[in-house]
Amino acid sequence: MATSSRLDAKIPQGSLEDKWEKYKSSVPLVNPANKRNIEVIVVGTGLAGASAAATLAEMGYKVKAFCFQDSPRRAHSIAAQGGINAAKNYQNDGDSVHRLFYDTIKGGDYRSREANVHRLSEVSGNIIDQCVAQGVPFAREYGGLLSNRSFGGVQVQRTFYAAGQTGQQLLLGAYSGLQRQVGMGTITMYNRHEMLDVVKIDGKCRGIIARNLITGELERHSAHAVLLCTGGYGNVFYLSTNAMGSNVTAAWKAHKRGAFFANPCFTQIHPTCIPVWGEHQSKLTLMSESLRNDGRIWVPKKQNDTRAGNAIPEDERDYYLERRYPAFGNLVPRDIASRAAKERCDAGYGVGTSKLAVFLDFSAAFHRYGQGEANKNNITNASESQILEWGKAVVKEKYGNLFDMYKQITGEDPYEVPMRIYPAVHYTMGGLWVDYNLMTTVPGLYSLGEANFSDHGANRLGASALMQGLADGYFVIPITVGAYLAGEIRTGHISTDHEAFVKTEKEVKDRIEKLISIQGNTSPELFHRRLGKIMWDKCGMGRNEKGLKEAIVEIRALREEFWKDVKVMGKIGDFNPELDKANRVADFIELGELMCIDALTRNESCGGHFREEYQTEEGEALRDDENYMFVSAWESIDTEKWELHKEELIYDNIKIAQRSYK
Amino acid sequence: MSAGNMRLTLKVWRQSNTNTQGGFENYNLDGVSPDMSFLEMFDILNEQLIEENKEPVAFDHDCREGICGMCSMFINGQPHGPLKGVTTCQLHMRSFQDGDTITVEPWRAGAFPVIKDLVVDRDGFDRIISAGGFVSVNTGNAQDANNLPIAKEDADDAFSAAACIGCGACVAACKNASAMLFVSAKISQLALLPQGQAERSIRAEKMVAQMDAEGFGNCTNTHACSAECPKEISFENIARMNREYLGAKVSSKAL
Repeated sequence: MATSSRLDAKIPQGSLEDKWEKYKSSVPLVNPANKRNIEVIVVGTGLAGASAAATLAEMGYKVKAFCFQDSPRRAHSIAAQGGINAAKNYQNDGDSVHRLFYDTIKGGDYRSREANVHRLSEVSGNIIDQCVAQGVPFAREYGGLLSNRSFGGVQVQRTFYAAGQTGQQLLLGAYSGLQRQVGMGTITMYNRHEMLDVVKIDGKCRGIIARNLITGELERHSAHAVLLCTGGYGNVFYLSTNAMGSNVTAAWKAHKRGAFFANPCFTQIHPTCIPVWGEHQSKLTLMSESLRNDGRIWVPKKQNDTRAGNAIPEDERDYYLERRYPAFGNLVPRDIASRAAKERCDAGYGVGTSKLAVFLDFSAAFHRYGQGEANKNNITNASESQILEWGKAVVKEKYGNLFDMYKQITGEDPYEVPMRIYPAVHYTMGGLWVDYNLMTTVPGLYSLGEANFSDHGANRLGASALMQGLADGYFVIPITVGAYLAGEIRTGHISTDHEAFVKTEKEVKDRIEKLISIQGNTSPELFHRRLGKIMWDKCGMGRNEKGLKEAIVEIRALREEFWKDVKVMGKIGDFNPELDKANRVADFIELGELMCIDALTRNESCGGHFREEYQTEEGEALRDDENYMFVSAWESIDTEKWELHKEELIYDNIKIAQRSYK
Repeated sequence: MSAGNMRLTLKVWRQSNTNTQGGFENYNLDGVSPDMSFLEMFDILNEQLIEENKEPVAFDHDCREGICGMCSMFINGQPHGPLKGVTTCQLHMRSFQDGDTITVEPWRAGAFPVIKDLVVDRDGFDRIISAGGFVSVNTGNAQDANNLPIAKEDADDAFSAAACIGCGACVAACKNASAMLFVSAKISQLALLPQGQAERSIRAEKMVAQMDAEGFGNCTNTHACSAECPKEISFENIARMNREYLGAKVSSKAL
């Protein structure tokens, strides 16, 4: 297989270890005086966007940043719980840049690019340094040094954390850097603005059309480069752990304007979420993977066992992850843990009223930590209940906010009864195709963080999303964007009176008017829910040819119905969340179709993409490296029409093997 | 549980935009489940309004897991409703009774003008952070993270202050619409850490000056802010801020 002539990943020459260092010392630069005349638009202010905007402004570029929320600090990176990986080897447990690189490639089931992942591992340590310098209050040991914990798919402790609020603390760090530049006048911040299209002039991306969500006005903004840091598209499933506003619109508009969309079917179903309770549910809530450091996952050995979790004796419990994967136990990667939970529930061993749940149990941890506290304090005659009490206090310090959240949502106290959890849509590995510079197939248009496809292959490891977002924003794009902007120093300010801006704005306006003029019978919310059900049933944890073909037909019909029957209340020139939602749902419907096409085209199972036809006898994903070791990059041609371009994945530094965590 | 059987009367503040007069509207709602979150209950209300060809209630919300700080409802006279340490999005209907009348208003503060219905403008908080809520360290300047040991107690205290989600409940709870809990949480976080020392004085001065410029009120020690804070940010932070500010003023180098 050869890579399509339309795709050039621009991977630097040289040995894997030297590529990034050599690239940095040879990439063209923009001198400080010229930077002041070069404008960069950053869309989205999560970890990738906020860190990129702050850093580019510090370097001297003129930056405009956009977010649809009321403040850049609300971006959904804020909700990341468990931690951020870095190859610091502070625990002296054999970690290294190479090991982080290897774990990430293997975790991604050999469907990501070696050079990008190696660079990610190389800069991972700098991220921790930068965040600490900003005042991010990471967890520490009594000696004053940083604490680490383990995450799935990994046998070292390389995850840095701030209780169960790591994303919040990292984002507030990046946000403070961004706001500092806003105060200095080097970033102009546009809150409550949503990007609704990209503007191209002579093939290059030259700006965006954004809607002021308060007034409803459309605005034209020009720049020499546009960075889309707009997150993932998990909300295509309606129910997910994403924020309500998380959407694909910016990425999808870029796609329609020529940016290829890569591996759209690679979605991550996270194993430990609070189960669905009913039809009016609006979102799902994650219980951090870090809980699997101390919690043990099990189901009853008997089918349809209706006893309460703590009433089932030890020898009647099936710790199925420890049984099936003794080497990694409860800390297998997410795709594997999710499928294993589904397998047990499908076989009739699920718990709770829906039977779509398994237990996540901390009783052993309470005991272990409590005994540890007793030992530390030289108490030899402690009662069992005292030990449990001390153990619970230790667990509370580590995960207290998660336990509180569980109690708040379910009404059950997880200190007393085991948590009930089930997999839920969490993250999307697919996204806009980018080269080594993080540039899409549209010159001048970049994509960072979850919005791009590059680093996680078919399955992302826990605590690697924060790492990638900040790597892209703090350390990669500030260097790589120079390679392009060095060629823009003579361009001068780009006028938004150019016909391309006029024409694109008109197209956006027409679409908004169309949406509001239909005045059908069905709210955008109900269309979204229907789309989500199709996606979850037929393009979710398990997929097969028949289901995917049905889904494509159903989604096409849904799209037609949407454009005939959607009902959008309110006015155009007004604060109108219904209109915002309709716009987003329309794009999700189109994306859903492409996801199913991609899943149908990839006749193998890998990572989170589990095609039921392709599995080993033990029910593990069965890859087909001979025919599918490529990135699927889809070019939008027309409605219902895409062209597939393949980027061959070449592994010079890693031995390809069946992924085993046994 | 999916089928709900609670009946509620909602008394909701409706206001077209910043410049118009608002008022309460009453809505009856059936089929509410105790397992629903408060915002899911509002989703149902909005679906009902759309069916009746009425404009849905605008409200701010995003993560729905209590961390982004966007949701901001003033429920029965309390920001984020009756529970301690809980945001509106994490409040569930089991905290209410069948037949209840629930009054829902936006945050009330001069510095938080209403945009529409229950949505307010909290840009003032961003401007306060821009004035000094940071450590001036450009990307790439950092030393190795473990070269700077920080006592666990200090790191933990800084973390407790840093847990603020910037929702503005403190302002809404305060009869003076003071933002001191929000501002002091950031000043405390950075004053407690060695990284924050270089700019410690100027930070306190600038952030307080911006807070005043935004039109937030003064603190009169009612403690309503920390009592209503969904992240239970301690009132001690305000005392620390006052010390920081006074110390800074004594040796002020501000322009």
